Amino acid sequence: MVVDQLSDAEVDRLFHALADATRRDIVRRTVDGEHSVSGLARHYPISLTAVQKHVAVLEEAGLVLKHRHGREQRVIGNHDALRRAQQLLDELDSLWRGRLDRMGALLDEDSRGGTT
Amino acid sequence: MTVTHVAKDTERLTMTMTAEYDVAAERAWQLWDDPRQLERWWGPPTYPATFVDHDLRPGARVTYFMTGPSGDQPRGFWDVQEVEPPRRLVVQDGFADETWAPLDAMPSNRMVLEIADREGGGVVMTVTSTFASLETMEQLVAMGMEEGMTLAMGQIDAILAE
Repeated sequence: MVVDQLSDAEVDRLFHALADATRRDIVRRTVDGEHSVSGLARHYPISLTAVQKHVAVLEEAGLVLKHRHGREQRVIGNHDALRRAQQLLDELDSLWRGRLDRMGALLDEDSRGGTT
Repeated sequence: MTVTHVAKDTERLTMTMTAEYDVAAERAWQLWDDPRQLERWWGPPTYPATFVDHDLRPGARVTYFMTGPSGDQPRGFWDVQEVEPPRRLVVQDGFADETWAPLDAMPSNRMVLEIADREGGGVVMTVTSTFASLETMEQLVAMGMEEGMTLAMGQIDAILAE
């Protein structure tokens, strides 16, 4: 469809992952550098397990990448996925510019043929 | 000449599209009210739209499909909420499956059309979309502009380009 870079399922996962304030905050913190899951957990009034679940949702949506460093689970934001999110908005922007232009073209046809 | 403007309001989590046309409000309303005219602008050239049911009355469901270059036909609908010709139309816009049932997983949004008279003639058409699920996308973009954010989204692009 309009967003042909992403499958429907991918878009769905992306939206679901970003629909939560804690998950958005995790994305924001990890986009500029790597954080351990336990380090992230200190920022939120929720259990480490709950944070791990949020990270898992983000990882499934491709928004963060996770890897093991010694005994630590480390998380880093996935710039490619964020760029796709931005792209989605840009697509929407251009879709509507196109619609408004096509409306204008239709109305112009009236004025050209309207005097006959 | 159409003057168009698209603004993403990251505080109200809406996207507002504005265009000015040199026609009366009644004529601008027809672009939405007449399905044959609607078909000529709703879909992008690669995905022309065909409206199946089209009745702009509160409670009605407008249905349409688009035809893609490979013959694929995604379906969509509007659930009509408010109609005040020729000034205002409010619909919930979403995607549907083969039986026209709304696809809950796909993004849907509330779309408000407003047609106002412009001083000296013509109209200003404003379409405001509030995204039930895309709003989170907008917030993500907004985060890049927040004070204290180390990386703005634009900078991310620059880093990715390195």
